[in-house]
Formats: sequence, structure tokens, C-alpha cells
Amino acid sequence: MNIEDLEKEKNEGIENLPLQERRKFLQMGLVVTGVFLGGSVLSLTSTSHASDQSNQDRDIPAEGQYPYPKHYGMVMRQNRCVDCEKCVEACKQTNHVPDAHGAYRTAIQERLTTENGAEKREFRPVLCNHCNRPPCVRVCPTKATYKDPQTGIVVMDYAKCIGCKTCMAACPYNARYFNHEKYAIDKCNFCIDTRLAEGKTETACAAACPARVRIFGDLKDKSTEIYRLLHTPDTKIWVLRPDTGALPNVFYMNA
Amino acid sequence: MTNKSISAIFAETAEPRLATPGMNRATIFFLIVTVVGLSCGVLAFIFGHHVIYHNTREMPWGMLISTYAFWAITSTGLCIYAAMSHVFGGTRMGIVSNRMVWMSIICIMAAFSTIGVEIASPHRMLIYNILSPNPTSNIWWMGTLYGLAVGCMIVEFAGIVTGLAKIALILGVFGAIAEVLANSCLGGVFATLPARPYWYGAQLPIYFLTAAFLSGAAAAVLFNFLAYKIRGEKMSQAVQLAVKSAGKAMTLVLILYTVATFWRLVSFYVGGPELGRTAGNALISGPLAINFWVMEICIGLLIPMMLIILSRLENVGMIAFAGFLVLVGQFVARYDLVVAGQIVPQNLGWDGLPSYFSYVPSIFEFGVIAGGIGVVAFGFLMGERVFGKTFTQKEHH
Repeated sequence: MNIEDLEKEKNEGIENLPLQERRKFLQMGLVVTGVFLGGSVLSLTSTSHASDQSNQDRDIPAEGQYPYPKHYGMVMRQNRCVDCEKCVEACKQTNHVPDAHGAYRTAIQERLTTENGAEKREFRPVLCNHCNRPPCVRVCPTKATYKDPQTGIVVMDYAKCIGCKTCMAACPYNARYFNHEKYAIDKCNFCIDTRLAEGKTETACAAACPARVRIFGDLKDKSTEIYRLLHTPDTKIWVLRPDTGALPNVFYMNA
Repeated sequence: MTNKSISAIFAETAEPRLATPGMNRATIFFLIVTVVGLSCGVLAFIFGHHVIYHNTREMPWGMLISTYAFWAITSTGLCIYAAMSHVFGGTRMGIVSNRMVWMSIICIMAAFSTIGVEIASPHRMLIYNILSPNPTSNIWWMGTLYGLAVGCMIVEFAGIVTGLAKIALILGVFGAIAEVLANSCLGGVFATLPARPYWYGAQLPIYFLTAAFLSGAAAAVLFNFLAYKIRGEKMSQAVQLAVKSAGKAMTLVLILYTVATFWRLVSFYVGGPELGRTAGNALISGPLAINFWVMEICIGLLIPMMLIILSRLENVGMIAFAGFLVLVGQFVARYDLVVAGQIVPQNLGWDGLPSYFSYVPSIFEFGVIAGGIGVVAFGFLMGERVFGKTFTQKEHH
């Protein structure tokens, strides 16, 4: 129906609208307002899988609807990174990452860009994104990789890994490697076994970063710094490769 | 049910005419190729898969995966044609369908032996595929269904050999269904990875099935031709008709496959992610261009089409040669598909990465490929020798 035809239609008024319709309209208004109030973050916070029933990528996560008691994620304040690689080193030491055959759990990527005509070097820290819809978990034939039911962290059960490498092919972030010492695929696990299990609240990389680039924490806990950063109005936040629909839990911003 | 002893059964199925010194030498040669070739893969378990093969973090899959896909796809094709002939009759291929069942089993064995030395810990697969299955995993379904298919086909073949036609027929149908589903899941392994735009999409599983019909027909033509070549015998009229019928199927699917290849490539250039387009460029003008234009298109599609036209589907030798070229083209096509999906860095634009990673298979990977060819050649010769009469018995009915 085109707009001219629509104009000719008689106004039906709202008197006869069912209550359900009015509620739907009000809800829609609240959602739209919420998106504007919260800045672009709300539309990017990819916790939809953990949120409401409609399961749309851009849904605002509703209170109390995360499937995990804790929902860990990380914010990267990208412009603060100076490529000192203390995070990479701390990760290697803490998690006994071999120093061969392309093994690393976190890395810092680098590129030259131009800003206002001047050349600028840009650094981007990367690690496993602990996605809400993790392609690696879906494709694993033996459930050797899975979402930890307590934290939402994507972890490995090395004894079950057959080494088919499908998870490596499926990962949009090149976050997985073949650990020749364990003879299984390995990856970042937010230090779940090496630090979180000991009661520490930060990953090794986040703790080692002198510029506080990496902010690790529980996305659903309002008292955490990560929650505050993600819900700061007018903050531009982005995730890597959103087109893959993996719904990552690592967020990038310049702050 | 008959109570024949095993030796009596073999006495009925064997083809003693093929027990010639030349055949013996060829059989032993291919057995040696099999053992030496697959030993290259065994070395991976001793020195490490990461040392023996040239796969990397960025390109975890290489020529062994593509070769596995090639043999598995060929097996599916042979199995489907055999089952269609068995079940519906009517097709002229029925007369050679026993040979096709056997070669389907042999091809899947080549596939299994290739992937068996590719996977880092196959022993864990045997345990945890059963104890910890993941129903959302295409790999799990593919492995399980191919396992089921080969089980069905072995029983089917036993039924054929022992004269239990009903069992053979039923198991043949189940085997073919399992093969088609497994083939579909094999396509799904690649097709359901949004991280890899060159693979991701609904077309790929159908593309794999089309490839199965193509490779299966080509293999049917080639193996039947060779079976008579090694006997030094002229094909009967009926077998000739069967081979021509397979050639006809091959021609039809060649056209379908060419169309599917064309649109598959075009789709990367009309929009969509840059990664897909860059991967497409790898085939059109990049590092896979010679593979694509010379091996896949010219040798694998155009020349076979020309040969078929020239032969007018009459000259069996020419059709068989076309079938051989199709198989060569399909082998390279699987390689290109697997490599192109990973050859473009996912973080292109960062770390000064080139547009394409470099992957050249190691000598051990080539060794395993030779081993797989050895399995098929050895299996073919042994099949003709031990079950030769079973393969030709329908001619005399």
C-alpha cells in the first residue's frame, strides 16, 4: 500500500484498540527510547542468546535472563594499547602456552592507518570472544569444547578432543591452536583454571596490562567496571566480525 | 539360506583367469604403494601431525581433508547409482552394479584411511563419538553416517556374494540413504561456517551431491572399462550399454556441475563479504588460478565434454578416458574448495598480512594421497580377482 492510499483511509481512532496492542506499542516505544538513552552499546551488547525469547541479535538483555550465574566478558579500550605485549607474556606464563607451532591465546594485531593526513599506528588486542553462539562449540563432534555452565566461558575438555580441527576452521577470530604438548586444540579460557579458580577476579592479560586496556568482568553485575563501561551513554562500542552472528562477548571501544 | 563353506563361495566368485604374473605384480605394487603411502601418515603419530603435515593455525585443513572428501564423494556416487539400479532396475547400469557396490566400499576405505591419519587423535574419536556425541556437529553426523553406510554396504556385498538377494537389496537401500545423508553432512561441515564466506551458504551441500553424481558416474565408467582391459576381453553388448549409460549420466551431471560452479563463483562478485570475493579471486587470478582454469575447468570439465561429444557416446575407451579426466578434475576441485575457504586471512588488513596464505602440501601429505590411490587400485584388482565372477554373473543370466 502506498502512502497516498494510506492518507485516504479513514482514521479508526484508538478507542477500539485491544489492550494487548496498546501494550505492544508502549513496549516498542520503551525499547527505542532505551536504545537512544544507552547509546549504541545496547544495540551491540550481544547477549541476546542470554536474553529474551525472541532471540534477536540486537535485543537488550533483560534483567535476570542470563543462563549463566556469571556472564564473563571483556572490554578492550583499544586506543590505550601501545603493544607492550605484557598481556601476551603474562598469558603464556600463566597458562603454559607453548612457544611454537603458532600457539598463542592472545595477541596484539597492528596496522598503519591515516588520520587527518597523518600516518597512525593502530594496535588491536585479540583473544577468544567467548561467543554466546559459539561456532566452535556447535561443530565439535565430541563436546570437547563447551560453554561452562557457571560462567559462559568457552572451555576445553582436552581428553575428548579428537583433533579434527573443525573448531579452528569454524572460529571467526582465529582464536584456536593445536597444542602439541596436550595433543589437542587449545584456546583462551579467561584463566578459568589458572586464576579465576583461585579466587582472582581478573585474567592474567588484564592484570598485566599497564594501560588498563583490558577490562574483564561479569557483564550482568551492575557493580563491575565492565558493566559501567558498556552502559556509558554515547560510547561507541563495536565487536569483531558481527556479520558471523557468533555474538561475541569481547567489546571494543576507544576510551 | 545356503550353507556353503567360505572356500566354496570364493570358488564361485573368484576369477582365476586374472591370476596372471602381470596381475600379481600390479597387485603387489599397489599394496606396496598403500603401505608406504599410509606409513607417511603413521609418521605423523610418531613425530607429530604439526611436524609432518603443512597445516597451520590459519589453515588447519589441507590436502588430506580435500582428498578424504574426494573419495567419500566418489563412494557416495557409486553407491547411489548401484542402489538405483538394484532397486528400480530399468537402468542399464544394473548389470555392473555389483562392481559399483564393491568400488564404493573401496573408495570409502580410501577416504577413511586418509582422514584416519589426518585426525590427531582418532582413538579418542572411537571412544567419544559414542560416549559424548554432539548432535549439532556436522562432523559427528558425517562420521556416524559414513560408518553406518559402510557397514550396510559390507553386509549388502556379503549378501550379493552369498546369493542372499533380499538382504542385499534392503541393505543396499539403507547404505545408499546413509551415503546421501553423510554426503550432505560433509557438505554441511563447510556450508555451515559463517566465518568462512567461501564455504558458507545453502548451495554447498547440493554442490557436493552433484559432485557425487559426477564422480560416481566417472568412476563407474572408468572401473568397468579397466575391468575388461585387465581381462583382455571385449565387453559384452550389455556391459557396453551399461558403461554408455553411466557416460550419459556423467554428461548430464557435467552440465549441471558446470552451471553450479559458474553461479557459485558469480555469487561472490555481486556483493557479500570481502573475504568471499578475495577467495574467489584466488581461483580466478590468484594462487589457485592454474588449478582452477587448467585442472578443474579444462581437464575436469571441458575436455571430458569434448571427448564425449567426439565419441558420440559410442567409443567406450574415449568415454572412460573422459571419466578419468573428470576424476582428476574433481580431485583438484576438492583441493581448491578446501584451500580457498581458508587461504584469505580472517584479519586481512592487520599485521601486514598478504592477501593469501601460502600452503604447499608436505611430501608426507603427497605420500598419504598415494596411499589412498594405492588402496583403491589394490582394492579394485583384488575385487576383480576374488569376486570377478560376481561382478560379471548377471551377464550370463
